[in-house]
Amino acid sequence: MSASILVVDDSASVRAAVRIALTGAGYRIAEATDGADGIARAGGEHFDLVITDLNMPVMDGLAMIEAMRAIPAHAGMPIVFLTTESDDGMKARARAAGATGWLTKPFDPDQLVKVARKVLGR
Amino acid sequence: MADLDELRTTFFEECEDLLDRLGSGLRELAGGAGAGPDDTVHAVFRAVHSIKGGAGAFGLDDLVGFAHLFETVLDGLRAGRTAMSPALAEDLLRAGDMLDDLVQASRDGAPPPAESLARAVAGLERHADGDGDDPLDDFVFEPVALQLDAPDTAPDTGAADPAIWTIDLAPAAAMYMNGNEPAALIAALAGLGPLQVAARTQGVVPLAGFDIDDPQLAWRITLAGDADRAAIDHLFDFVEGLARITVTRGAPDMAPQADPTGSAPPAAPAADEPAAAPPRPAAQPAPAAAPATVRVNLDRVDRLANLVGELVITESVLSQSLAAAGLASNGEIAGGLDRMRHLAGEIQESVMAIRAQPLRPVFQRMERVLREAAQATGKSARLVTTGADTEVDKTVIERLVDPLTHMIRNAVDHGLEDAATRRAAGKPEEGTITLTAAHRSGRVVIEIGDDGGGINRARVRGIAEDKGLVSPDAVLAPSEIDAILFMPGFSSKAEVSAVSGRGVGLDVVQREIQALGGRVGIASSEGAGSAFTISLPLTLAVLDGMVIEFCGQTMVLPLASVVETMGRADTTIRTTGTGGRMLATPGGLVPMIDLADRFGLRPPDTAGDPGVLVVIEGDDGSLVAVTADRILDQRQVVIKSVEDHCGAVPGISAATILGDGRIALILDPEALLHAAGAGPVAFAGGIA
Repeated sequence: MSASILVVDDSASVRAAVRIALTGAGYRIAEATDGADGIARAGGEHFDLVITDLNMPVMDGLAMIEAMRAIPAHAGMPIVFLTTESDDGMKARARAAGATGWLTKPFDPDQLVKVARKVLGR
Repeated sequence: MADLDELRTTFFEECEDLLDRLGSGLRELAGGAGAGPDDTVHAVFRAVHSIKGGAGAFGLDDLVGFAHLFETVLDGLRAGRTAMSPALAEDLLRAGDMLDDLVQASRDGAPPPAESLARAVAGLERHADGDGDDPLDDFVFEPVALQLDAPDTAPDTGAADPAIWTIDLAPAAAMYMNGNEPAALIAALAGLGPLQVAARTQGVVPLAGFDIDDPQLAWRITLAGDADRAAIDHLFDFVEGLARITVTRGAPDMAPQADPTGSAPPAAPAADEPAAAPPRPAAQPAPAAAPATVRVNLDRVDRLANLVGELVITESVLSQSLAAAGLASNGEIAGGLDRMRHLAGEIQESVMAIRAQPLRPVFQRMERVLREAAQATGKSARLVTTGADTEVDKTVIERLVDPLTHMIRNAVDHGLEDAATRRAAGKPEEGTITLTAAHRSGRVVIEIGDDGGGINRARVRGIAEDKGLVSPDAVLAPSEIDAILFMPGFSSKAEVSAVSGRGVGLDVVQREIQALGGRVGIASSEGAGSAFTISLPLTLAVLDGMVIEFCGQTMVLPLASVVETMGRADTTIRTTGTGGRMLATPGGLVPMIDLADRFGLRPPDTAGDPGVLVVIEGDDGSLVAVTADRILDQRQVVIKSVEDHCGAVPGISAATILGDGRIALILDPEALLHAAGAGPVAFAGGIA
């Protein structure tokens, strides 16, 4: 069975871009619109990978990562964040929160697939 | 460097397994010459290949060179370029023996046996089909450094020496906590080129202290192909700072855990089986039948066995002190003690089971011994083994190899007649040597039989007389003549042939077996063959014993040899003409031994009435009744050697510590039986 990936972003166009790139590579995609929505989705269904934006309304990406890591069921789940700033400060903060890796926006579909393969191994 | 030594040890241990597998595979191939079942060929090939791989890592060039040639021939066989034939079978068997020798020589740092190596090489070269890659002529005396990581027999792609990267990955806890999965990284690395992955488990702590979030696992990854450094680094960017990662160019200076037979995760194609080589099938999965095993240093098992022994003793001490304190009748205490005794017993059995190993590898080695002996004597012989799965303590197994080797050689050389004599006697030209093992009343009995001419007793007696071992006018029963074979000084280089000789006589065999707590017996029938019987204790550590007391001494009789016990009142004792006493039983008269007298604890003429009689039986079924004041207990005792401290004491096989902390000597039943037949000589001097 192909890996299932949860995309958390408030921008519908970004979610669509991610969905197109990843479904094209054979992954199954689910979507959430903010951190709180992401946690709710992940609570009801197993995901092999979460790809999340950082700047989101209601609950931002950092808070969501921290919250997810605190849930035992999600302790080892890879979480990759999308960020527009390529600055190391943000990377360090997200890592400290428990993020697995990152992808700098704007990304091309190939890059996205490569990152997914790297953390999923498939 | 201690690590390297340890790795060497591990390599040679692995070699033993591989050589075993190789040996049985080759015999299978040789047996079904012409058929050559694919699985067997592959298994044999893998074994040789694995040995070559490991040998390369340790720079054992002779071994690598020979294994490489061997592998080339096997490759021809498995690819169907070479057909199986009796000649090939023979050369393969010899090559297997040679590989074994080379492994031993490498282990001991000895030079390879040049002459037999040259012969084995010549044998293999006859079958090397030239479709392999290397010219095979120049390696034996001028070893060529082989590029192990390059495909061996794959068509030459022209790419000389592809780049190798050695990557060490040691994740910290944080890497796992952030959701980075090593297996995923390794799988991603596999996208860059063929990989070999070895897990390094040295840092892994025992289960009790194991932290699932920080397992302390590490991996060494060898990546072949010309991946560029940036691509490798890029794969590790997410775990930078979360793991210790070193990327170095070149093959590892040593490939410790490199096990080409299959430690690589399924996602990673093995570097040595390139998918691009059309005549070679995909990498073979490890045989499904191989059970999961852990290699444990024997010292640790011994320590455990020792501790369990102490536990058993402590349990006895505890149980006696509770009885002394009048607490033994308390239901809870008695129940708890019972459970503890039960558990201690089970632990003990389990520890013994760890040490127990089937005799099969030893038996398999004997096939080779037989083959070589037959070749050297020009006789034709086959080995028939039964009971190879019989399990014996590992120490016993290791120390059985030399005596058995000698006895097999002896059986071929002296036991079997030459072809002409056999034909004349109406026997098949091919002699049969049987090697049988079985458990019998708490011991392991191994029998080496031949269908030869039997012992030529007149000749044995003649030699013995010439050497002054027996006087010409002595009256000897056939079994006594047979026993001469075991006398020191009977065998000498003068009449021992090149095969079984080497200046070792059966007396040495007997000494070796006795050192294991065993005995050697012999039975022979003129014209029909001889059989040597070795009887060994299952373990050297514990014994079911009967604790007896006489004249204030506490001693232990091995329970396995006790046939019957009886009170004085139930017995009829007859006195013989020479003053000896016999116990009358329904089966006949049984000689009696007064232990107190034998051990010099009481002058013979003051012999009092024994309280009890214990009838013991020897390996050959002979009986003797020993007297004691009373029987104290029946229990498992932990054997402690006395020889290390007091030298060999006649009649005493070992000592033990009883529940109350007292030391008790363990009697040697066979010596008692001997004494019953041979008089008190064996006990001269008694015990201090």
